Amino acid sequence: MSAHDELQHAHDDHGHDDLGIHATFRGYMTGFVLAVILTVIPFWLVMGHVVKDSAAAAVIILGLAAVQIVVHMIYFLHMNSKSEGGWNMLALVFTIVLVVITLSGSIWIMYHLNHNMMPLMDTSNLP
Amino acid sequence: MSDMSSTMTPGSGPTEKLLFHEAQDYHPANGTLLGFWVYLMSDCLIFACLFAAYGVLGREYAGGPTGAEVLELPTVALNTTLLLLSSITYGFAVLEMQRDRKNPMLLWLVITGLLGLGFLTVELREFAHLIAEGNGPQRSAFLTSFFSLVGTHGLHVTCGILWLIVLMVQVMKKGLIHANKRRLLCLSMFWHFLDVVWVGVFSFVYLMGVLP
Repeated sequence: MSAHDELQHAHDDHGHDDLGIHATFRGYMTGFVLAVILTVIPFWLVMGHVVKDSAAAAVIILGLAAVQIVVHMIYFLHMNSKSEGGWNMLALVFTIVLVVITLSGSIWIMYHLNHNMMPLMDTSNLP
Repeated sequence: MSDMSSTMTPGSGPTEKLLFHEAQDYHPANGTLLGFWVYLMSDCLIFACLFAAYGVLGREYAGGPTGAEVLELPTVALNTTLLLLSSITYGFAVLEMQRDRKNPMLLWLVITGLLGLGFLTVELREFAHLIAEGNGPQRSAFLTSFFSLVGTHGLHVTCGILWLIVLMVQVMKKGLIHANKRRLLCLSMFWHFLDVVWVGVFSFVYLMGVLP
Protein backbone atom coordinates (compact mmCIF):
# COMPACT_ATOMS: atom_id res chain seq x y z
CA MET A 1 0.00 0.00 0.00
CA SER A 2 2.84 2.35 0.83
CA ALA A 3 4.26 1.98 -2.67
CA HIS A 4 0.87 2.87 -4.09
CA ASP A 5 0.65 5.96 -1.91
CA GLU A 6 4.10 6.99 -2.96
CA LEU A 7 3.21 6.65 -6.63
CA GLN A 8 0.00 8.59 -6.12
CA HIS A 9 1.97 11.24 -4.32
CA ALA A 10 4.46 11.44 -7.16
CA HIS A 11 1.56 12.15 -9.54
CA ASP A 12 0.09 14.76 -7.27
CA ASP A 13 3.44 16.53 -7.11
CA HIS A 14 2.73 17.69 -10.65
CA GLY A 15 -0.09 19.72 -9.13
CA HIS A 16 -3.02 20.90 -11.26
CA ASP A 17 -5.36 18.04 -10.38
CA ASP A 18 -3.15 15.38 -12.00
CA LEU A 19 -3.92 16.59 -15.51
CA GLY A 20 -0.37 16.19 -16.70
CA ILE A 21 0.41 19.54 -18.31
CA HIS A 22 2.19 22.61 -17.00
CA ALA A 23 0.80 25.58 -18.87
CA THR A 24 2.56 28.83 -18.03
CA PHE A 25 1.88 32.41 -19.09
CA ARG A 26 5.51 32.74 -20.10
CA GLY A 27 5.30 29.64 -22.32
CA TYR A 28 2.14 30.80 -24.10
CA MET A 29 3.51 34.30 -24.68
CA THR A 30 6.83 32.95 -26.02
CA GLY A 31 4.90 30.73 -28.43
CA PHE A 32 2.59 33.55 -29.46
CA VAL A 33 5.37 36.07 -30.15
CA LEU A 34 7.37 33.50 -32.14
CA ALA A 35 4.23 32.51 -34.10
CA VAL A 36 3.49 36.17 -34.95
CA ILE A 37 7.05 36.72 -36.17
CA LEU A 38 7.00 33.51 -38.21
CA THR A 39 3.65 34.52 -39.77
CA VAL A 40 4.50 38.15 -40.54
CA ILE A 41 7.75 37.29 -42.38
CA PRO A 42 6.22 35.06 -45.12
CA PHE A 43 3.23 37.43 -45.63
CA TRP A 44 5.66 40.36 -45.94
CA LEU A 45 7.84 38.38 -48.39
CA VAL A 46 4.90 37.60 -50.69
CA MET A 47 2.76 40.75 -50.36
CA GLY A 48 5.76 43.07 -50.67
CA HIS A 49 7.23 41.08 -53.61
CA VAL A 50 10.51 40.93 -51.71
CA VAL A 51 11.81 37.70 -53.27
CA LYS A 52 11.57 37.74 -57.07
CA ASP A 53 12.34 34.04 -57.63
CA SER A 54 9.21 31.92 -57.05
CA ALA A 55 11.11 28.73 -56.20
CA ALA A 56 13.26 30.51 -53.60
CA ALA A 57 10.17 32.18 -52.09
CA ALA A 58 8.39 28.79 -51.91
CA VAL A 59 11.32 27.20 -50.07
CA ILE A 60 11.47 30.08 -47.57
CA ILE A 61 7.67 29.95 -46.97
CA LEU A 62 7.69 26.17 -46.39
CA GLY A 63 10.76 26.44 -44.13
CA LEU A 64 9.13 29.13 -41.97
CA ALA A 65 5.89 27.09 -41.84
CA ALA A 66 7.82 24.03 -40.62
CA VAL A 67 9.52 26.10 -37.89
CA GLN A 68 6.18 27.61 -36.86
CA ILE A 69 4.57 24.16 -36.61
CA VAL A 70 7.36 23.08 -34.25
CA VAL A 71 6.83 26.25 -32.19
CA HIS A 72 3.09 25.49 -31.90
CA MET A 73 3.83 21.88 -30.94
CA ILE A 74 6.19 22.89 -28.13
CA TYR A 75 4.52 25.98 -26.66
CA PHE A 76 0.80 25.42 -27.35
CA LEU A 77 0.43 21.63 -27.54
CA HIS A 78 3.00 21.07 -24.73
CA MET A 79 4.78 18.33 -26.67
CA ASN A 80 7.92 16.85 -25.20
CA SER A 81 9.52 13.42 -25.15
CA LYS A 82 8.53 12.79 -21.51
CA SER A 83 4.77 13.48 -21.48
CA GLU A 84 2.51 10.40 -21.41
CA GLY A 85 5.57 8.20 -20.99
CA GLY A 86 6.73 9.18 -24.48
CA TRP A 87 3.72 7.61 -26.18
CA ASN A 88 2.35 10.77 -27.72
CA MET A 89 5.80 11.58 -29.12
CA LEU A 90 5.85 8.09 -30.65
CA ALA A 91 2.41 8.65 -32.23
CA LEU A 92 3.62 12.01 -33.54
CA VAL A 93 6.77 10.56 -35.10
CA PHE A 94 4.73 7.77 -36.75
CA THR A 95 2.28 10.34 -38.13
CA ILE A 96 5.06 12.56 -39.45
CA VAL A 97 6.53 9.56 -41.31
CA LEU A 98 3.13 8.81 -42.89
CA VAL A 99 2.54 12.47 -43.76
CA VAL A 100 5.92 12.81 -45.43
CA ILE A 101 5.35 9.62 -47.45
CA THR A 102 1.83 10.75 -48.46
CA LEU A 103 2.85 14.26 -49.47
CA SER A 104 6.19 13.67 -51.16
CA GLY A 105 5.03 10.38 -52.73
CA SER A 106 1.82 11.84 -54.21
CA ILE A 107 3.46 14.94 -55.56
CA TRP A 108 6.46 13.06 -56.96
CA ILE A 109 4.41 10.33 -58.66
CA MET A 110 1.71 12.64 -60.01
CA TYR A 111 4.28 15.09 -61.33
CA HIS A 112 5.87 12.33 -63.38
CA LEU A 113 2.49 10.96 -64.49
CA ASN A 114 1.42 14.42 -65.62
CA HIS A 115 4.70 14.84 -67.41
CA ASN A 116 4.27 11.57 -69.30
CA MET A 117 0.61 12.26 -70.13
CA MET A 118 1.31 15.65 -71.67
CA PRO A 119 1.78 14.60 -75.35
CA LEU A 120 -1.65 12.94 -75.35
CA MET A 121 -3.32 16.13 -74.25
CA ASP A 122 -1.94 17.97 -77.27
CA THR A 123 -4.68 17.71 -79.92
CA SER A 124 -2.23 18.24 -82.80
CA ASN A 125 -0.73 14.84 -82.00
CA LEU A 126 -4.08 13.08 -82.38
CA PRO A 127 -4.89 11.35 -85.67
CA MET B 1 7.87 -7.73 -5.24
CA SER B 2 8.20 -10.72 -7.57
CA ASP B 3 7.86 -13.32 -4.78
CA MET B 4 4.74 -11.52 -3.64
CA SER B 5 3.07 -11.69 -7.03
CA SER B 6 3.91 -15.39 -7.40
CA THR B 7 2.01 -16.22 -4.21
CA MET B 8 -1.06 -14.26 -5.27
CA THR B 9 -3.63 -15.83 -7.54
CA PRO B 10 -4.37 -13.73 -10.60
CA GLY B 11 -7.82 -12.25 -11.14
CA SER B 12 -8.56 -11.71 -7.46
CA GLY B 13 -10.16 -8.29 -7.86
CA PRO B 14 -8.71 -5.43 -5.78
CA THR B 15 -5.55 -7.34 -4.92
CA GLU B 16 -4.70 -7.65 -8.58
CA LYS B 17 -5.30 -3.96 -9.12
CA LEU B 18 -2.98 -3.18 -6.22
CA LEU B 19 -0.28 -5.43 -7.63
CA PHE B 20 -0.49 -3.58 -10.91
CA HIS B 21 0.47 -0.38 -9.17
CA GLU B 22 3.10 -1.98 -6.96
CA ALA B 23 4.83 -3.54 -9.92
CA GLN B 24 5.07 0.02 -11.30
CA ASP B 25 3.92 -1.02 -14.72
CA TYR B 26 3.21 1.78 -17.14
CA HIS B 27 0.20 3.63 -15.84
CA PRO B 28 -0.82 6.67 -17.87
CA ALA B 29 -1.65 9.67 -15.74
CA ASN B 30 -4.42 10.59 -18.17
CA GLY B 31 -5.22 8.04 -20.84
CA THR B 32 -7.89 10.32 -22.29
CA LEU B 33 -5.37 12.93 -23.37
CA LEU B 34 -3.16 10.30 -25.02
CA GLY B 35 -6.20 8.79 -26.78
CA PHE B 36 -7.26 12.23 -27.94
CA TRP B 37 -3.76 12.88 -29.23
CA VAL B 38 -3.97 9.65 -31.29
CA TYR B 39 -7.31 10.89 -32.71
CA LEU B 40 -5.66 14.21 -33.64
CA MET B 41 -2.89 12.32 -35.41
CA SER B 42 -5.51 10.43 -37.47
CA ASP B 43 -7.08 13.80 -38.29
CA CYS B 44 -3.64 14.96 -39.33
CA LEU B 45 -3.55 12.14 -41.90
CA ILE B 46 -6.89 13.31 -43.38
CA PHE B 47 -5.39 16.76 -43.82
CA ALA B 48 -2.21 15.23 -45.28
CA CYS B 49 -4.33 13.55 -47.98
CA LEU B 50 -6.15 16.81 -48.74
CA PHE B 51 -2.83 18.68 -48.87
CA ALA B 52 -1.46 16.01 -51.23
CA ALA B 53 -4.55 16.36 -53.46
CA TYR B 54 -4.06 20.13 -53.51
CA GLY B 55 -0.36 19.69 -54.24
CA VAL B 56 -1.22 17.53 -57.26
CA LEU B 57 -4.24 19.48 -58.55
CA GLY B 58 -3.52 23.01 -57.34
CA ARG B 59 -2.13 24.19 -60.67
CA GLU B 60 -4.75 22.55 -62.93
CA TYR B 61 -6.89 25.54 -63.82
CA ALA B 62 -8.87 24.06 -66.78
CA GLY B 63 -9.04 27.51 -68.36
CA GLY B 64 -10.46 28.94 -65.12
CA PRO B 65 -8.91 31.49 -62.80
CA THR B 66 -5.48 30.97 -61.27
CA GLY B 67 -4.67 31.20 -57.59
CA ALA B 68 -3.11 34.61 -58.09
CA GLU B 69 -6.40 35.85 -59.60
CA VAL B 70 -8.85 34.63 -56.94
CA LEU B 71 -6.91 34.41 -53.65
CA GLU B 72 -6.87 37.64 -51.64
CA LEU B 73 -3.96 37.87 -49.25
CA PRO B 74 -5.28 40.74 -47.05
CA THR B 75 -8.35 38.60 -46.25
CA VAL B 76 -6.11 35.67 -45.35
CA ALA B 77 -3.89 37.89 -43.20
CA LEU B 78 -7.02 38.95 -41.27
CA ASN B 79 -8.14 35.31 -40.95
CA THR B 80 -4.74 34.19 -39.74
CA THR B 81 -4.64 36.96 -37.16
CA LEU B 82 -8.06 35.96 -35.79
CA LEU B 83 -7.12 32.27 -35.50
CA LEU B 84 -3.73 32.97 -33.91
CA LEU B 85 -5.36 35.31 -31.38
CA SER B 86 -7.99 32.67 -30.58
CA SER B 87 -5.17 30.22 -29.86
CA ILE B 88 -3.54 32.49 -27.28
CA THR B 89 -6.89 33.38 -25.66
CA TYR B 90 -7.61 29.66 -25.26
CA GLY B 91 -4.19 29.43 -23.61
CA PHE B 92 -5.25 32.15 -21.16
CA ALA B 93 -8.43 30.15 -20.44
CA VAL B 94 -6.29 27.09 -19.60
CA LEU B 95 -4.16 29.24 -17.25
CA GLU B 96 -7.31 30.41 -15.43
CA MET B 97 -8.53 26.80 -15.31
CA GLN B 98 -5.31 25.76 -13.56
CA ARG B 99 -5.97 28.42 -10.93
CA ASP B 100 -9.59 27.19 -10.56
CA ARG B 101 -10.97 30.61 -11.47
CA LYS B 102 -14.22 29.75 -13.23
CA ASN B 103 -15.57 33.10 -14.37
CA PRO B 104 -12.35 34.54 -15.84
CA MET B 105 -11.91 31.22 -17.64
CA LEU B 106 -15.43 31.40 -19.10
CA LEU B 107 -14.72 34.96 -20.25
CA TRP B 108 -11.59 33.85 -22.13
CA LEU B 109 -13.58 30.97 -23.67
CA VAL B 110 -16.23 33.44 -24.89
CA ILE B 111 -13.51 35.61 -26.46
CA THR B 112 -11.98 32.50 -28.07
CA GLY B 113 -15.36 31.49 -29.49
CA LEU B 114 -15.98 34.98 -30.88
CA LEU B 115 -12.57 35.03 -32.56
CA GLY B 116 -13.35 31.59 -34.02
CA LEU B 117 -16.69 32.89 -35.29
CA GLY B 118 -14.89 35.87 -36.83
CA PHE B 119 -12.55 33.49 -38.62
CA LEU B 120 -15.49 31.45 -39.95
CA THR B 121 -17.35 34.57 -41.09
CA VAL B 122 -14.37 35.85 -43.07
CA GLU B 123 -13.85 32.41 -44.62
CA LEU B 124 -17.52 31.91 -45.56
CA ARG B 125 -17.64 35.39 -47.11
CA GLU B 126 -14.60 34.46 -49.18
CA PHE B 127 -16.31 31.23 -50.30
CA ALA B 128 -19.57 33.05 -51.09
CA HIS B 129 -17.67 35.64 -53.10
CA LEU B 130 -15.87 32.93 -55.11
CA ILE B 131 -19.08 31.00 -55.81
CA ALA B 132 -20.98 34.16 -56.77
CA GLU B 133 -18.33 34.88 -59.41
CA GLY B 134 -18.78 31.39 -60.88
CA ASN B 135 -15.57 30.11 -59.32
CA GLY B 136 -17.19 27.40 -57.21
CA PRO B 137 -15.67 23.99 -56.52
CA GLN B 138 -16.98 22.64 -59.85
CA ARG B 139 -15.04 25.19 -61.92
CA SER B 140 -11.62 23.47 -62.02
CA ALA B 141 -9.48 20.85 -60.28
CA PHE B 142 -7.65 23.68 -58.52
CA LEU B 143 -10.88 25.05 -57.05
CA THR B 144 -12.16 21.57 -56.12
CA SER B 145 -9.03 20.79 -54.12
CA PHE B 146 -9.02 24.32 -52.68
CA PHE B 147 -12.61 24.11 -51.40
CA SER B 148 -12.07 20.56 -50.07
CA LEU B 149 -8.97 21.46 -48.07
CA VAL B 150 -9.97 24.89 -46.76
CA GLY B 151 -13.59 23.76 -46.28
CA THR B 152 -12.58 20.74 -44.20
CA HIS B 153 -10.53 23.01 -41.96
CA GLY B 154 -13.49 25.37 -41.68
CA LEU B 155 -15.73 22.43 -40.75
CA HIS B 156 -13.30 21.53 -37.97
CA VAL B 157 -13.42 25.08 -36.65
CA THR B 158 -17.24 24.94 -36.73
CA CYS B 159 -17.20 21.71 -34.69
CA GLY B 160 -14.67 23.28 -32.32
CA ILE B 161 -17.01 26.24 -31.69
CA LEU B 162 -20.01 23.94 -31.05
CA TRP B 163 -17.88 21.89 -28.65
CA LEU B 164 -16.75 25.10 -26.94
CA ILE B 165 -20.37 26.17 -26.37
CA VAL B 166 -21.33 22.74 -24.97
CA LEU B 167 -18.32 22.82 -22.63
CA MET B 168 -19.14 26.32 -21.40
CA VAL B 169 -22.66 25.12 -20.50
CA GLN B 170 -21.17 22.11 -18.68
CA VAL B 171 -18.73 24.28 -16.73
CA MET B 172 -21.53 26.70 -15.80
CA LYS B 173 -23.70 23.82 -14.56
CA LYS B 174 -21.13 21.58 -12.82
CA GLY B 175 -18.22 23.93 -12.20
CA LEU B 176 -14.54 23.18 -12.73
CA ILE B 177 -14.69 19.50 -11.80
CA HIS B 178 -11.92 17.12 -12.83
CA ALA B 179 -13.89 15.71 -15.80
CA ASN B 180 -14.56 19.20 -17.15
CA LYS B 181 -10.89 20.12 -16.83
CA ARG B 182 -9.97 17.02 -18.82
CA ARG B 183 -12.49 17.99 -21.52
CA LEU B 184 -11.18 21.54 -21.61
CA LEU B 185 -7.65 20.20 -22.15
CA CYS B 186 -8.88 17.97 -25.00
CA LEU B 187 -10.54 20.93 -26.70
CA SER B 188 -7.37 22.95 -26.08
CA MET B 189 -5.37 20.37 -28.05
CA PHE B 190 -8.04 20.35 -30.80
CA TRP B 191 -8.02 24.15 -31.05
CA HIS B 192 -4.22 24.50 -31.15
CA PHE B 193 -4.06 21.63 -33.64
CA LEU B 194 -6.40 23.55 -35.97
CA ASP B 195 -3.99 26.47 -35.78
CA VAL B 196 -1.15 24.13 -36.78
CA VAL B 197 -3.15 22.96 -39.81
CA TRP B 198 -3.95 26.58 -40.70
CA VAL B 199 -0.20 27.35 -40.77
CA GLY B 200 0.05 24.71 -43.50
CA VAL B 201 -3.01 26.12 -45.32
CA PHE B 202 -1.93 29.75 -45.45
CA SER B 203 1.64 28.81 -46.41
CA PHE B 204 0.97 26.06 -48.94
CA VAL B 205 -2.36 27.19 -50.43
CA TYR B 206 -2.47 30.96 -50.17
CA LEU B 207 1.09 32.28 -50.06
CA MET B 208 2.52 29.73 -52.52
CA GLY B 209 -0.69 29.87 -54.59
CA VAL B 210 -0.24 33.52 -55.50
CA LEU B 211 3.42 33.16 -56.45
CA PRO B 212 3.94 33.66 -60.20
